[in-house]
Amino acid sequence: MNDMTNIGRRHFLKASAAAGGGLMIAFHIPAVNAAAPAKDSEINAWVVVNPDDSVVIRVAHSEMGQGSMTALAQLVAEELDCDWANVKTEFVDPRLNITRNKVYGGMATVGSRAIRSSHEYVRKAGASARTMLVSAAAQRWKVPAAECTAKTGVITHTASARTLKYGAVAEAAAKLTPPADVALKDPATWTIAGQPKMRLDMKDKVTGKAAYAIDIALPDMQYAAIAQCPVFGGKLIGFDETVLKKFKGVSQVVALENAVAVVANSYWTAQRAVRALPIQWDDAGNGKVSSATIADFLSEGLAKPEVPVARNDGDVAKAMPTAVKTVSAEYRVPYLSHAAMEPMNCTVRFNGDGTLDVWAPTQNAEAILGAAARASGLDPLKITVHLTYSGGGFGRRGGAAKGDYVDQAVLIAKAVGKPVKLIWSREEDIQHDFYRPISSAKMTAGLDASGMPVAWNTRIAGHTILASANPSAIKNNMDVGFLVLFADNVYDVPNIKVDYAMSNTHVPVGYWRSVNHSQNAYFRECFVDEMALAAKQDPYEYRRKLLAKQPKHLAVLDACAKAADWGKPLPAGQFRGIAQIDGYGSYVAAVAEISLKADGTPKVHRIVTAVDCGYVVNPDTVRAQMEGATAWALTAALYDQITIKDGHVEQGNFDRYRIMLMSEMPKVEVVLVPSGGFWGGIGEPGAPPVAPAVVNAMLAATGKPIRSLPIIKREVGV
Amino acid sequence: MITLNINGQDHTVDADPGMPLLWVLREMVGLTGTKFGCGIAQCGACTVQVNGVAQRSCVTPVSAVASAKITTIEGLSNDGSTPVQAAWVASQVPQCGYCQSGMIMAVDALLKAKPKPTDAEIDAAITNICRCGTYARVRDAIHSITQA
Repeated sequence: MNDMTNIGRRHFLKASAAAGGGLMIAFHIPAVNAAAPAKDSEINAWVVVNPDDSVVIRVAHSEMGQGSMTALAQLVAEELDCDWANVKTEFVDPRLNITRNKVYGGMATVGSRAIRSSHEYVRKAGASARTMLVSAAAQRWKVPAAECTAKTGVITHTASARTLKYGAVAEAAAKLTPPADVALKDPATWTIAGQPKMRLDMKDKVTGKAAYAIDIALPDMQYAAIAQCPVFGGKLIGFDETVLKKFKGVSQVVALENAVAVVANSYWTAQRAVRALPIQWDDAGNGKVSSATIADFLSEGLAKPEVPVARNDGDVAKAMPTAVKTVSAEYRVPYLSHAAMEPMNCTVRFNGDGTLDVWAPTQNAEAILGAAARASGLDPLKITVHLTYSGGGFGRRGGAAKGDYVDQAVLIAKAVGKPVKLIWSREEDIQHDFYRPISSAKMTAGLDASGMPVAWNTRIAGHTILASANPSAIKNNMDVGFLVLFADNVYDVPNIKVDYAMSNTHVPVGYWRSVNHSQNAYFRECFVDEMALAAKQDPYEYRRKLLAKQPKHLAVLDACAKAADWGKPLPAGQFRGIAQIDGYGSYVAAVAEISLKADGTPKVHRIVTAVDCGYVVNPDTVRAQMEGATAWALTAALYDQITIKDGHVEQGNFDRYRIMLMSEMPKVEVVLVPSGGFWGGIGEPGAPPVAPAVVNAMLAATGKPIRSLPIIKREVGV
Repeated sequence: MITLNINGQDHTVDADPGMPLLWVLREMVGLTGTKFGCGIAQCGACTVQVNGVAQRSCVTPVSAVASAKITTIEGLSNDGSTPVQAAWVASQVPQCGYCQSGMIMAVDALLKAKPKPTDAEIDAAITNICRCGTYARVRDAIHSITQA
């Protein structure tokens, strides 16, 4: 790296090491003990109470629309017993997690884990702060703390009828030693958590005031647009910058290992200029890969006689011949792009005193800090990562891979010597993603005389995310995570075999909202409907039998079927389909109602979805996530595929990578059936059952399975 | 030099006549509520109103709107008090929020032209992309205004 040069006309870069792109592992930041920066009224790392009684609750996770900023604050405020109307939030500077010995835990906001990984320590922070505030008041009154109570930001000593507001004792409380341990409330007694509180970011998001990284403006800031090697794994050979003279305002061109950036006084100029720039690329031998060659590669994987086995219950080989009927099918899904609405961007300012400021949309502030340190060579403690709202994330911004947007912006700003805002065009965003992996499944089930499966064989051939995210975690060509819903399939079948033909291509892959559940739910739940069809049984009742020993799954399935009027007549031409999954610690079922248009494609009228996520911190946010996940899943099921030609992605913008619109959004009804006692995630589990529910409704309509997605196949460019 | 009337105020900018209004607003006038999403008028994140009509500013050359009245999300109301903004808060529409400035400007323009749109008219007029999938709440929020 660091082959950062201002290249003269027709000067070609010497070939250098293989291009960056790929690794999504967060840069390792060691935790060190250091004095916490003290604020007079900072009760602890999470809670600041100001003299005016306003409460600042620190949020260590990113807010990209999923609502956890508000929900996490609710959990702290609940235990703090403050006045919710006085609560403001503040994102944590990731450096503090270094200097304060990882007090903020993990900041990565991925895997639907913001709440389920942190609920205990954030609640304890609130309870601890409350205990300290009460102690400070008791000390002032010279009464035992046990005689004092706290509610809505007011401490009361009932015996003497005295009260103090939190703000009045905050400074004294901040000086006290935190209690060794604190008891947490029974969620049944919650009054702030568990309630549909209005989101704290709403007002800013309807007035244009909400700050996103792409909005930052700095004095003397320059704008960079980028062209990255279209073929993954390739690198820059050189370019002819003669053309740049035509663009008034262009100040510089910066060569990176696998990209070229043009810097100008406006993004529009930089973008037009980089698009006009003739660039030569080395395709690293990947220039002949196409969707067809990748499909063949997966077929080879499906056909291999022996591959690593993830699960082998009973004896499938022995049981299969005893079946009275066998069902066999092969399913496929394509690569998919995240296409978050805020394109990838990063603004970087090197300061005269050796410090660095970075603004970037992210799901992982620590990864941004690590990437900025890596690319700049600076000590992380010299770097300030300014956290903003993120215009979507969906997994794309969970890390900061080497050579990805943060590294690029740091290297460009270093070369330019002024603050630089790098913005990817939508085309760069879609063509340089870490894609939902391509995958395929070949399944065979043997049914007994009652129609129930006695043996179920599943071969998955597909591209493991670990190939990009963490190659060293691949042991013996196995990634059990890629086989989720199969390796841990809860359906009661005595003989089950699951094996995996790892089939990795040169296309970078990554975590895409609902990850491997997205494709495996489709494979498994549609195949269950094929079994039910062969057994001439109702697919809901068929699942009920297979889930007889799974009360949580069954309760959610039943709640969904009931809310969806399963079994009751529909208007002529309408059909229902059902599916269910567990994932991210939660249980979800969905019923789709569809009709078929004249061309055989579906119109989705209604989706009913039920979820048990254990405890519910904000029911309205849970509903919003289920609604959003439904749209996310429908877009993918109906329209989307990333296809490869000559080694590069064929789609580039929303004209060819189609996102569902208002007119196509069905009615969505969300049924909450929280059973309590556990903390399930909510950002992702709503998505997986939607595609199979729709496809199963089509099966009900036609009797013909849809064994590859998207449902609506379009020629590229149409 | 081009003089633009934005949110009732004149701004004189030294912009290339072909520069899209979006980038003039964001980079030269400092109004960043209007967002860049695609650059090809597909997503609508850049929607503003030109003489009260919704228009995608990413493909609108600034020279084409020199004599027009331009309204951005910042000009709708600063405190979120207009009916569409208030309905958006009441229905808790935004998730990531990035598309919502454009969505709100498009809906506000629709309701000015058609105070009581049918669902079909909403579908035809509101073609903004929301990747978070807030569409159901957008529709509910519109109905909450028109039925009030």
